[in-house]
Amino acid sequence: MRDYFSIFFAFLGSFLLLYIFIPIVLTISLQILDLNSLTNALRDELVLSSLINSIATSTATMLISIFFGIPLGYLLAKSDFYGKSFVQAIVDLPIVIPHSVVGIMLLLTFSDAILDNYAGIISAMLFVSASFTINSARDGFIGVEEKLEFVARTLGANRLKVFFTISLPLAMHSIITGAIMTWARAMSEVGSILIVAYYPKTAQVLVMDYFNNYGLSSAKPIAVILILICLFIFFILRRVARVKG
Amino acid sequence: MLRVENLFKKWRDFRLESLSFEVEKGEHFMILGPSGSGKTLLLETIAGIHKPESGRILLEGKDITSLPPEKREIAYIPQNYGLFPHLNAFENIIYGLKLRKIPKEEIRRRVDQIAEILEIEHILSRNVKNLSGGEQQRIAIARALVLKPKLILLDEPFSNIDANLKGKLMKEMKKWRKEIRFTAIHVTHSFEEALYLGDRVGIMIGGRIEQTGKISDVFSRPKNDLVAKFLGHENILEGEANGNILEVEGLRIEIPKSAKGRIRVVIPPESILISKEKIVSSARNNFKASVQSFEDLGAIVKLKLSLGGINLSAYLTRASFLDMRLSEGEEVYLSFKTTSVHVFE
Repeated sequence: MRDYFSIFFAFLGSFLLLYIFIPIVLTISLQILDLNSLTNALRDELVLSSLINSIATSTATMLISIFFGIPLGYLLAKSDFYGKSFVQAIVDLPIVIPHSVVGIMLLLTFSDAILDNYAGIISAMLFVSASFTINSARDGFIGVEEKLEFVARTLGANRLKVFFTISLPLAMHSIITGAIMTWARAMSEVGSILIVAYYPKTAQVLVMDYFNNYGLSSAKPIAVILILICLFIFFILRRVARVKG
Repeated sequence: MLRVENLFKKWRDFRLESLSFEVEKGEHFMILGPSGSGKTLLLETIAGIHKPESGRILLEGKDITSLPPEKREIAYIPQNYGLFPHLNAFENIIYGLKLRKIPKEEIRRRVDQIAEILEIEHILSRNVKNLSGGEQQRIAIARALVLKPKLILLDEPFSNIDANLKGKLMKEMKKWRKEIRFTAIHVTHSFEEALYLGDRVGIMIGGRIEQTGKISDVFSRPKNDLVAKFLGHENILEGEANGNILEVEGLRIEIPKSAKGRIRVVIPPESILISKEKIVSSARNNFKASVQSFEDLGAIVKLKLSLGGINLSAYLTRASFLDMRLSEGEEVYLSFKTTSVHVFE
């Protein structure tokens, strides 16, 4: 007997799958047919410097989110305190705020200090992407068995030593996954950066610039380069996740 | 060497209630109790992981109640052994030594010494996730012992061991315990472990240590009906005593010592004689009862008897059971000696 149920669900489910997949494949394919414009883009100094800007600011964002996100994730995992669910809600909030609104809020808060400079790019990125590091650090620490930390203490480790020799190594896999997500999210941020720091130019803003000024075919090569960088990172992420998973 | 005084603690679903006991140096002290009685909470409170709400813990005369776990010199081995999964067996064992910045040669020497006794030399480089339950247990014990702690806390150390291996491992624990003298508190719900490994025992029920003493004493003379019931004693009766007579549901039982008021006694099932005819003997306690049910235990048969409002268990050998041709509902006579009645204090 044929499994009509599964066939029907597969038919419906394939819509979204193709909807995501086709544009990516199509864009890359079109570019492969037009390698000239790709090499030209890679020789364009504005493209290169904007790519470097994007990668550097995303990396800085990731490092900041790790430095401040790990302690917060640890507390959310291991401590019970008054207002914990409120804190958790704040951590998740950036996901629901429109990114143009994020830019406006940041400008209202920090004004000239972040206007059109690297600090501005990073602060916009950090706002929209830090949740990933915090939440996966939290999940990582939740996964560390409490008894292991107890035992380490009876073996002579104080709380800080337990953290660095037991909890952190055991949560590391989850933290790295979250940090890469933060990096990727920072790399793909546009809305808030447009408002806060149009300059120095980042690749994701430059794609929009080229599209507005010169049209679709000029924006395409940069778009493809960004897709490739993000896909590369995405596969590394899946790798890391599988090693432990 | 360890003295626990009047400990109170509530944690999650568990509690300790005015809990007191003492452990002597070099002894293997068993804490025996049903699951849920708070045994693990007690160990973790002694280890310093939980702060008691009140009470004191003294180690070698020093009050350690408010010391953090890392300053107590008490090793704790949880039920699943708590090996660190990101470290191999050797790295697990030297974890505490490295923290203490012990020189490399000394670390090597101590590990070699312990590894030889515990026979774990061949697994030192292994990933702890691939070790058997028995091997994990030894690595955890080695990790604790290399630090020469004053006291070792073992939480159900044989619960993750295959039943057919348990006997062998218990035997070995007894052996190397003689080689490495250490003081241990060993928590278990297994009578077998307590009887085989324990020097003394504390019976823990409902967050309290109800009785402590030498294993044989506690098993043969339970202090109260809670302990007796837990240890599997049957025929526990409660009634009104007046002198040497105890009245239970209209039944008058002669007891070996004089008492007054409500008391509880136990009549060991093996001390009850059964007959189809009225028994003529020196025993002072003679009653008529009816057979409620019987249970075939192989060489012996366990009878449930009803005497008015109370139920008693008694044993018959298989031969005499067949001889008497008993059936359910039948009337029998039973008797037991006054001296076999055990009165709780």
